[in-house]
Amino acid sequence: MTDAPVSNAPSNAPTPKPAPHVKDNAIIRFEGVTKRFGKMVAVDNVTLDIQEGEFFALLGPSGCGKTTLLRMLAGFETPTEGRILIDGKDVAALPPNKRPVNMVFQSYAVFPHMKVSDNVAYGLKMDGVDGGEIKRRVDEALELVKLGGLGVRMPDQLSGGQRQRVALARALVKRPRVLLLDEPLSALDAKLRDQMRSELTSLQEKVGITFIMVTHDQDEALAIATRCAVMHRGVLTQVASPGDLYEFPNSRFVADFVGSVNMFEGVLERDEPNEAQVRCPELGAPVYLDHGVTGARGATVWVALRPEKIEMHKRAEGSTAMKMEDAPAGTNVVPGVIRDIVYLGSETNYEIELEGGRRVKTFRSNLTRYDQEDFTWDEPVWLAWHACSPAVLLS
Amino acid sequence: MADEGLTALPQVGRPKREPRDKPGPLEYMRQWPLRVIVVATLVFLYAPLITLMAFSFNDSRRNIVWQGFTTDWYVKAFNNESLLQAFINSLTIAFFCTIISVILGALAAVMLWRFRFPGKTLVEGSMALPIVVPEICLGVAMLVFFARVMPWPMGLPWPLNLGAITIAHVSFAFPFVATVVRARLSSFNRELEEAAKDLGASEWRTFWDVLVPHMQPGLIAGALLAFTLSLDDFVITFFTAGPDTITFPVKVYSMLRFSVTPEVNAASTVLIVVTVILTAIGLQMQNNQSKENKA
Repeated sequence: MTDAPVSNAPSNAPTPKPAPHVKDNAIIRFEGVTKRFGKMVAVDNVTLDIQEGEFFALLGPSGCGKTTLLRMLAGFETPTEGRILIDGKDVAALPPNKRPVNMVFQSYAVFPHMKVSDNVAYGLKMDGVDGGEIKRRVDEALELVKLGGLGVRMPDQLSGGQRQRVALARALVKRPRVLLLDEPLSALDAKLRDQMRSELTSLQEKVGITFIMVTHDQDEALAIATRCAVMHRGVLTQVASPGDLYEFPNSRFVADFVGSVNMFEGVLERDEPNEAQVRCPELGAPVYLDHGVTGARGATVWVALRPEKIEMHKRAEGSTAMKMEDAPAGTNVVPGVIRDIVYLGSETNYEIELEGGRRVKTFRSNLTRYDQEDFTWDEPVWLAWHACSPAVLLS
Repeated sequence: MADEGLTALPQVGRPKREPRDKPGPLEYMRQWPLRVIVVATLVFLYAPLITLMAFSFNDSRRNIVWQGFTTDWYVKAFNNESLLQAFINSLTIAFFCTIISVILGALAAVMLWRFRFPGKTLVEGSMALPIVVPEICLGVAMLVFFARVMPWPMGLPWPLNLGAITIAHVSFAFPFVATVVRARLSSFNRELEEAAKDLGASEWRTFWDVLVPHMQPGLIAGALLAFTLSLDDFVITFFTAGPDTITFPVKVYSMLRFSVTPEVNAASTVLIVVTVILTAIGLQMQNNQSKENKA
């Protein structure tokens, strides 16, 4: 349903290359999984394959059902309908303590009354692993998460980041088939979050275990995951690589949820294999596309345009009659006036008012130290974007 | 005094007191009305107790005039065999009452915290009943119960003869344990339980390895509460005690009816000291618990 080719992908769209350690072997399979709490449908008919070795992200706003999906995988909830297969085996009858998956909880859930090493050893003890082996594997796991030597500490003597590492070590020491992470970075401060992001990625490559992460933070998902699934109101909206998710969203929800976007409603006027045209009343000009759109003529569509893909040029006061012929080939141009400027250091965000009153966001990198002085408030500008930049969305 | 050769020091008066700034509008403790209230409260609360304790050392048969210091009354109290027997009875009852109350109370707390079931509010309310029902009513109820419904066999060997009183004490002590443990449970992070199961622990192991350690401060505080409640109880015990099952408070009361000798003071002082020590330990535990919660 969601892996279907993206309708507005140009013919030369890059095909996502899987990371080298990803094997083509579905380790986890959701088959028509539905979960209802009373009348509320938390997860609605989800079918999804997750390959061995992937770092998979379940992305969505709070209450979209992503955590419920993860908890069904861990065994804390049972699906109302459908099947969940781990390694090809239906796990419906297995309680959480019998499943080959382990979880890192949002609160980390480190046992407060046990030493760090006892925390990490707990799962092995439950499995009846013998003492010497436990000690060896605990030391190894603590070394892996860079907590070597802290085994004798109590959890309340650790920082939040260190507690999370304990939770990671405690789950990884059991060598699960799949590691589940519930909002792993949400409780960390910004600096630590960046560091933990890259550490999670390298950790996953090192241990080669399939990681599944739940997050509401699109930056986090794009930065870490090899593949993301966007969920909205219990339904999987799109499953794609981070790049495809951002550049080729399949719906207004995905385009809006992942990253920042300018969205214009329009009517599809022309649709050829190699070009198309959408009439957008708000823009005051038609949008030209250098690729075809698989939609009926006259259908209502939405044009999604990322702010960083819009270029800004100086415009003489009052000159609005720029004709398409004057513009560089394959480029869309509309006039506007700068109304708002937000200086962010590395880049500046501008809000431009079009002639119809609609406002458009655009970002501009400050490539030199004087770039920020180029434009000022109430300055007339041309906005231009390439015909391949906008995504046309049918839903 | 000072040597002749030294130049005379300039005359220095009394060092001036540091001028204290006026109490701020919210510094109530530095304004007289609150100070008066605090002092009055302390006097009314503790003056009788201190008098009682002081006169237990009074070298006189009468409790009115101070004659001199003696510890004779303590010796006398400890040599009073029936008083000693009553004290041992009280401790024994309190001991068994504590164990049974903690187990029952903890289980009730876990049940109310963990599960939803029809009539839960009813169960919760009826659990609080022994706390709110006047003790005298509970005492009469116990009397009728053990006389008519479930007579406790007479003439059993010690300590089985204390069974009826122990049951009566458990019935009003365990709701206190349940309340304390329940409060402790509300701060439990359910993810800890899930984490234990996720790591391979069974339901039973999870209970012992995760839930019980979390409840521990509540269990200890509840146990101390049950112990002191049982040790101090007079009204309910008075109605359930037989001639050979006298407890310490009941014995003190009966001694008081004949004459108020400092022996009663001495015995009461011992009871106060035991109770204060146990309460202090309980408060200390609660303190540690709240510190741990803050961490």
